[in-house]
Amino acid sequence: MADQIYNAIFIGSIYALFALGFTLVFSVLDILNLAHPALFTLGAFTALFAMQQGVPAALAVVVAFVVCGIAGVALDRVAFAPLRARGAPPLSAMISSIGVALIITRLIQFAYGPDFQSYPAGSLPAAVYSLAGVELDTLRSVIIACAIGLMLALTYLVRRTRLGRELRALAENPRAARLLGIDVDRAIAATFFLSAGLGGVAGVLYGFATNSPFSQMGLAFELKAFAVMIVGGMGSIPGAVLGAYLLAFGEIASLAVLPSELRDAFAYGLLFIVLLVRPAGVLGRRPPDRV
Amino acid sequence: MDDIGAFLVAYQTTIGTIGINALLALSVWLTLYTGQLTLGNAAFAGIAAYSSALLTLKAGLPFPLALAAGAMLAAAVSVPLGATVFRLRGVYLAIATLAFGEVVRVAILAIPITGRGQGLVGIPPKTELWHVFASLVVIAYVCARLRSSSVGRAWAAIREDEVAAASQGIPVRRYQLVAFVLGALIAGWAGGLAAHFDYAIQPDEFGFARAVQILVFAVVGGIPNVFGPILGALLFTALPAILQPLQEYRDIFQGAILVLVIVFLPRGLVTVFELRRTARLRTMGAEDVA
Amino acid sequence: MLLEASGLTKRFGGVVALSSVDLSVAEGQVFGLIGPNGAGKTTLINVISGHFRADAGAIRFAGADVTALRPDQLARRGIARTFQSIRLFKGLTVLENVLVGGFVRGSPPARARALLEQFGLGGRADAFAGELAYGDQRRLEIARALAAEPRLLILDEPAAGMNPTESAALRDLLRTLAAEGITIVLIEHDVRLVMGASERVAVLSFGRKIAEGTPAEIQADPVVREAYLGTADA
Repeated sequence: MADQIYNAIFIGSIYALFALGFTLVFSVLDILNLAHPALFTLGAFTALFAMQQGVPAALAVVVAFVVCGIAGVALDRVAFAPLRARGAPPLSAMISSIGVALIITRLIQFAYGPDFQSYPAGSLPAAVYSLAGVELDTLRSVIIACAIGLMLALTYLVRRTRLGRELRALAENPRAARLLGIDVDRAIAATFFLSAGLGGVAGVLYGFATNSPFSQMGLAFELKAFAVMIVGGMGSIPGAVLGAYLLAFGEIASLAVLPSELRDAFAYGLLFIVLLVRPAGVLGRRPPDRV
Repeated sequence: MDDIGAFLVAYQTTIGTIGINALLALSVWLTLYTGQLTLGNAAFAGIAAYSSALLTLKAGLPFPLALAAGAMLAAAVSVPLGATVFRLRGVYLAIATLAFGEVVRVAILAIPITGRGQGLVGIPPKTELWHVFASLVVIAYVCARLRSSSVGRAWAAIREDEVAAASQGIPVRRYQLVAFVLGALIAGWAGGLAAHFDYAIQPDEFGFARAVQILVFAVVGGIPNVFGPILGALLFTALPAILQPLQEYRDIFQGAILVLVIVFLPRGLVTVFELRRTARLRTMGAEDVA
Repeated sequence: MLLEASGLTKRFGGVVALSSVDLSVAEGQVFGLIGPNGAGKTTLINVISGHFRADAGAIRFAGADVTALRPDQLARRGIARTFQSIRLFKGLTVLENVLVGGFVRGSPPARARALLEQFGLGGRADAFAGELAYGDQRRLEIARALAAEPRLLILDEPAAGMNPTESAALRDLLRTLAAEGITIVLIEHDVRLVMGASERVAVLSFGRKIAEGTPAEIQADPVVREAYLGTADA
């Protein structure tokens, strides 16, 4: 039972980190960046590459963050910025991001093939320890701490820094933000840097925990991320976190009742119900139904 | 003539798949034409594929009846789904239909009779190329006629501005539902054809990836007329076959084409044939998909 | 009375946009609706045309209760409207816009073309609605509304952005339509246009109706003057 809870906290943390990146871009720009899962995968493999060159695991995480962040900014310049310039609807950006996702995933496959990889032996902590009579592994504990730390850092950034204020202004009203003198391009670049960076870190941490990164690892998370965002509330950062843990705990709990093949059904079933009953999700503010 | 015959035999699978993909792309086109982004058509195809295959395999039903039954089942499922999700907008609608698709996929994995993860095998290969292309011609014709009728005009009006369309007396929800159900029917028909084309089907063939793929056919091909989705299906299905030696780079090409088309030819490839019209739309700032 | 709205109330969150508003429009009348910005005029129109549901109150049209009907249902009963911010189908042609306008009548092409001629848009039938000049777009929107042969035509600031020549032409158009027996409800800021075209005028302020009467009565009413001078109106 305690084991289940631990597992739920771990999975919830990964869901949260992943969904945060999605939510950030959606709340500021109103687009669904379907290249995000590819950045998740990119993070895991960037770390793999770094560690294969002898870089220690902790540093590899930082490297992944930076590399994915830069990739995110580049993604925007190539695939989204031209569409924004002419006021294209969100669907166009979605399609564009699908194209980029294909390219990124393929490039990773060129380098490492489609099969499961593993991180260099001995590079990851394998220790276990006891807490209140339960045996926990150091690796996942560190990952959970890391994830929570990042979530807190992001919350601080959004609430207390000038950049955060600019992002919130952009999310509320892009035109007004520009009129207020906010450097919109810089703010958008920052959004993508953070979003992609967080997505990449989520990938690394998940890769570490499973020790089997593979080129399609982002796909399953992509669908769960939708459920997370809808349940928690699209465009809401605390909503993404809440939705992530709700989903994770719900999934683990449902395993007691449902056969394992139907575990995913819990996510989608919940998603459906939320969409029908309260599309704004638990913490969402945006009205999804226009008059 | 012999050469054409030989060509057809050698590339039979690809050509058949082009036809089936074109049908699926048309099914998505219908909903996109009304301004709805729905990602459930792969699931509708899956529902029809499995049900029609089971009907021929286990119940010995004649092929045409099984096809029709499968398509109608898909259409029947789409009615309550459409009625409930159409109050959602944009991204939410897309996600809801996506969730539906995943629920279907999971259901297939859970129900024993479908063969679950292993898929359904031993399906009688009844689909001939002419079935596929006759269907395509008929369905494309029907869609084209609808598009230039007052129904099509109403759909276009809904796409442009739902509120204004309602003010002109158009029952928006009902018309959207009609497009959605018709799309499900066509997707179902295509699914039935696909099931009997390949001897076997798997749940993954009708999941998220497929839904996205069909969407890409329609959007990249273009929404303005029925040739767009057909062109999109042709391009993306034929490309991997043509680029056989460059198989490795297929995804890169597809990805690049996606980005380039969306950025430079927003209303789809088919607008290459009407560049002047696109230029006029650009001056109005109305050059995008929907 | 063709249109009878009684006790209409509409709230958005904590804001009361309409507070127990009554409106009665006789058949064949031209009825003006004025008031400072934010008074609730467009909200009232949105409620009457079915786009918003009233929190309280009832609406009767041609003797039948239409309070809960949707916009398309009201259109079928003979209510047509234009929008403050022009909601044309920009990607459709001028002709197609008017054809859609005639949807409840089966979109007869002859009537559509006749309307285009009447509004001086015949030569631009195949242009995209979004390509038209602003004034032409406003006229197209009215033509589109008329294609349905409505009994009641609601115009939401049709003269916004028009120069004096254009608004004079609009005044003439309104008189012609009234002569044809169409009932018109007109929201406008252009005082000359409203007073010149309307037989009866109601004034809204902060969601309430504060005055109603003939144009002369309204112009002389001190309550109305205070409502306008209280806010710096254009």
